[in-house]
Amino acid sequence: MDIELFFQQLANAISLGSLYALIAIGYTMVYGILRLINFAHGEIFMFGTYIAFYAMTSFLLPWGGAFLIAIVLTVIFGLLVERAAYKPLRNSPRMSVMISAIGTSFLIQNLAIVIFGGRPKSFPVPDLFNTVIHLGNISIVSITFITPIITAIVLVFLLYIVDKTKTGMAMRAVSKDYEAARLMGIDVNWVITITFGIGSGLAAIGGIMWGLKYPSLLPMMGLMPGLKCFIAAVIGGIGNIRGAVVGGFLLGLIEIMLIAALPALTGYRDAFAFVLLIVILLIKPTGIMGKNIAEKV
Amino acid sequence: MLRVEDLNVHYGGIHALRGISLNVEKGKIISLIGANGAGKSTTLRAIMGLEKPSKGKIIYEDKDITNKATKEIVKSNLVLVPEGRRVFTNLTVKENLVLGAYLRKNQESIDQDMQWVFDLFPILKDRQQQKAGTMSGGEQQMLAVGRALMTKPKLLMMDEPSLGLAPLIVKNIFEIIKKINQEGVTILLIEQNAKASLEISDYAYVLETGQVFMKGKGLDLLNNEEVKNAYLGT
Repeated sequence: MDIELFFQQLANAISLGSLYALIAIGYTMVYGILRLINFAHGEIFMFGTYIAFYAMTSFLLPWGGAFLIAIVLTVIFGLLVERAAYKPLRNSPRMSVMISAIGTSFLIQNLAIVIFGGRPKSFPVPDLFNTVIHLGNISIVSITFITPIITAIVLVFLLYIVDKTKTGMAMRAVSKDYEAARLMGIDVNWVITITFGIGSGLAAIGGIMWGLKYPSLLPMMGLMPGLKCFIAAVIGGIGNIRGAVVGGFLLGLIEIMLIAALPALTGYRDAFAFVLLIVILLIKPTGIMGKNIAEKV
Repeated sequence: MLRVEDLNVHYGGIHALRGISLNVEKGKIISLIGANGAGKSTTLRAIMGLEKPSKGKIIYEDKDITNKATKEIVKSNLVLVPEGRRVFTNLTVKENLVLGAYLRKNQESIDQDMQWVFDLFPILKDRQQQKAGTMSGGEQQMLAVGRALMTKPKLLMMDEPSLGLAPLIVKNIFEIIKKINQEGVTILLIEQNAKASLEISDYAYVLETGQVFMKGKGLDLLNNEEVKNAYLGT
């Protein structure tokens, strides 16, 4: 690989990694609070992309407004999923909730085929995101730069909420001990609502950027990114926001670099993530940033 | 201040509380003693709205709080230090205390109470920025009490505050309970350590298999032959 190709691929890797990170954060936050792998997260991501698509094509909204509406509607959609599929099972065994999550994921996929249609739709990409930037001999599409910048902004904002605000403190308290949190007067259901809202909002942002990067929309488009980002969250240490970011970037980097170095393996692109998952589970099941400290009781 | 009337709680098929009635007078220290499974913790959990009573009434400051949400109960300045401390080990000491004041708005009075907690437990002041999970059991118990005090309780309920602590620390905890009481907070205490809790109690209830088996002034129960044989091991 020559140096120019390397930088070209590095830019792609960072861009893809930051996209993975955004979606992985949603998995990790929900897991942190509910101890639930939200298998419908990929479908929430898909929903966000389609809403942005329809807002731009059917309702002819300018892209800024369309993206905003897509984010808002996706947050509402995520909250509805939580209400309908998870909240009634709050006191049930974890396995029941997980089955419900898998069922919800299939249900949304199939509803999307019925409602949005099974044929691919082409996502309109505004010029701002589609400009080719030349740096020496490297040419990069602007969305490749924009994605990591947006991710960084969102991340700083999110970490501020979680680390510095009272709501963030309540979220961390709930993730540790529901009942003790209730004894402080914290409304656990409200904290769960906020968490799902944030996760779904991030999925929508991720979905829109995914559409700008790979402008072909399918009802099943949430499946593979959803699984990969779940893997990214596990690699980083599920339940840990910083871990999800590390996992996302790592996954993006490894995926892109392996294909660049060994183009013959391009067909196995999606398989790398799963190999990585198995390796991590064998070596460090708690993930890179996952802690397994013995706590005093 | 707090009146519990004919409280019944079922856990599935198990009838855990069979008609408990208690009365907690303002400004006093009241304790509940009894063996494991007698229903002490369940009583306090039902008062906090963590268990749903199948029958009975809980009256706090002339208001019926039976079946109220825990949040509302905390808001009315009634709080429980749960068994096993249950501090948020992933949060710092300071954050634990701030969460104690989660429902309060007046920053000035929150700061005042923070100062009060630091005066009661100087160790917490030194360890403010430390994660609660890194502290010893005794220190975590102090934090659990301090966190509860941050809700500005009128009635503070404590479930086994001395459990698993070294004798010297137990003594310290009981002294602090007395001190908190002298500052005007009413206390409802559960203890396995019957002797130590009867010594500081104005009034006490002995629970057995979900019922009040005996009640009386702390010192009277301390000298009662039956209580001595069953709970004080003398």
